[in-house]
Amino acid sequence: MLSKDLLGISLLEKEDIIEILKTATVMKKNLLAKTVDDSILKNAILATLFYENSTRTRVSFELAGQHLGAKTVSIVTATSSIQKGESLLDNGYTLDALGADFIVLRHSLAGTPHILAKATKASVINGGDGANEHPTQALLDALTMQEYFNSFKDLKVTIIGDIKHSRVAKSNIYLLNKMGAKVTVFAPNTLLPRGIEELGAKVATTKEQALQGANVVMGLRMQLERMESGLCSSFSEYNKYFGVCVDDLKFADKKAIVLHPGPVNRNVELTSEVVDCAQSQIYNQVTSGVAVRMAVLKLLKLAKG
Amino acid sequence: MQKILIQNGSVVFEDSVKKADLLLEDGKIVKIDSKIKADNANIIDATDKFIFPAFIDIHTHLREPGYTRKEDIATGSLAAVKGGFSQVCCMPNTSPVCDNPTIVYYIKNRAKEVNLCKIHPIGAVTSSLNGEKLTEVGKMKELGIVAISDDGRPVENSAMMANAMQYAANFGIKVLSHCEDSSLAKGGCVNEGKNATKIGLKGIPKVAEEIMIARDILLAEYYNLPIHICHVSTKTGVQLIREAKARGVQVTCESCPHYFTLTDDCILSMNAYTKVNPPIREEEDRIAILNGIIDGTIDCIVTDHAPHHEEEKNCAFDLAAFGISGLETSFALSYTHLVKSNKISLSKLATLMSASPAKILNLEGGSLSVGAVADVAIVDLNKKFVIDGQKFLSKGKNTPFNGMEVYGVVEYTIVNGEIKYKGE
Repeated sequence: MLSKDLLGISLLEKEDIIEILKTATVMKKNLLAKTVDDSILKNAILATLFYENSTRTRVSFELAGQHLGAKTVSIVTATSSIQKGESLLDNGYTLDALGADFIVLRHSLAGTPHILAKATKASVINGGDGANEHPTQALLDALTMQEYFNSFKDLKVTIIGDIKHSRVAKSNIYLLNKMGAKVTVFAPNTLLPRGIEELGAKVATTKEQALQGANVVMGLRMQLERMESGLCSSFSEYNKYFGVCVDDLKFADKKAIVLHPGPVNRNVELTSEVVDCAQSQIYNQVTSGVAVRMAVLKLLKLAKG
Repeated sequence: MQKILIQNGSVVFEDSVKKADLLLEDGKIVKIDSKIKADNANIIDATDKFIFPAFIDIHTHLREPGYTRKEDIATGSLAAVKGGFSQVCCMPNTSPVCDNPTIVYYIKNRAKEVNLCKIHPIGAVTSSLNGEKLTEVGKMKELGIVAISDDGRPVENSAMMANAMQYAANFGIKVLSHCEDSSLAKGGCVNEGKNATKIGLKGIPKVAEEIMIARDILLAEYYNLPIHICHVSTKTGVQLIREAKARGVQVTCESCPHYFTLTDDCILSMNAYTKVNPPIREEEDRIAILNGIIDGTIDCIVTDHAPHHEEEKNCAFDLAAFGISGLETSFALSYTHLVKSNKISLSKLATLMSASPAKILNLEGGSLSVGAVADVAIVDLNKKFVIDGQKFLSKGKNTPFNGMEVYGVVEYTIVNGEIKYKGE
């Protein structure tokens, strides 16, 4: 059973994940049919507290709350007290006093949701903390995979890109391992974090090896600052050796799907042809995202009683 | 293609020297045997001569593009084949720097036009050698680079060196490290010590080199990746590498003839031909380099061929350029001071100058065996000569060895089965 907060996939049991995905499947069906029960979170307040820019994740959480009948407020860095030097905890106490039932926190520093969760009555949902975790992203990726493959058992998932700075990769590795899938990662050595094998990811040494027989090909966003800090040479070289083009997909399973947490740098980690190909589920992921977040909100409310 | 039959020579194998004939055909060694008979072959009589796998220099400066007053790819190639080299790897500190695919392509094409020895460019680690931005290693590798290096300068920033080693490994190549802590070496031009003090020149301390060797060994050990240390010149440097190898670190290294034949007594002449980086050290270092060669700590001998224009050397020591023109003296100096003086065998010398450099950079050649590429140097080991820079084919006449008598004259250099150099 879920507890008060959703801080990371690493803290969940396999049964929790199954329950979230089961609930999310129903939510997604209702969402697409526009038959969502908007009394589930009636009178509840959902606050998004974003210390890092992310329009999509914030909007996705807000819509999830609104679909279920909650009121939503958002605190974004540019317009908030964050700039005036108020601490994370002060913001937490204030949101508690305003009656927030849920706080979605996005922060550039790992572990901030855990600190906030201890201090607030509201349920804290980790919306991405540094290079630690992004649990709802992994859940929405899982929901999308489950639609295609039903079972995670021995599913080969290949994550290509900047693994070192990626909370998405980490949450996915945790989730997929718990569910019995096999994760392979591929990146320039400079973007592979030490010890990643011990977290449950096989490191491929070539792109071909990485993609061979993959059921799911997941690209990750490559940041310009990685070039500037000397971890990689150029976007064009990155695309050539570490990006995925249509030809590369031939190594993967015929029925493989392509995922990406977005926003995509077209022609860097994935070529435009890959982003827009029939196998790409990148926009379906966005829909899954709202459904998964609705499921999480519902289950957290139930957990609190 | 022409057949070449080399008769009656002594063939230098990896573990022995035996009299045998060699038949070269279609760029390959097709037969090694006694008394080979072949129709229509061009016959070279190698009676009393020694047949080596042609030498491979993995540390050369050819200066083109940009510094063609010092050397160009044509004159550098001439010097190489005269020195018995079939392959040279040229450092990227040209102008523009060899830090992008276009320059690699240019060098490979010039080498093809010149068509003497095989030239393998080494790409820069960082753009403009400024230590800040990684180069397009993958694209350059596809066009022919065999390693990356910021040679001439150290990669100061440890994180950048770590990135470079890891990134190069993605493409199956190594970083060649010019080890120098600039904060310690800055402004120096000779070895720091008694002789520098005596003539009033600012010294480069040995520890400037050793700190970087230690750092690079530790990085290689931590990341479990290979590193190659360029031009080792000090006793402690050799010892650091010896100990690292014993621990299983993937470290290889090179040294040059001037580090095992000279001491910094030579600077007392105030002749800037003796100015080189790292500087020529002291007697205990010279002995340590010799011992490192004998016990295998030092993997290979390179020239660090650094030709300069006369005006860049015929000036105050402080202002003079660093470097020695080395392609045309490397073999004779090594043979005279290592083999003729009974320190190592002929086979070991062949390993140091051919098999081992080939192995370090994963190049063809390096051995005389059936099926191998027909890269061969035929040398008269009994013939002596007095080194005279003015007779060099290289544009760089800058050698500190003028007047020194050495043994070992290259008579033929054969590259891909074609005679590219023939002595008088």
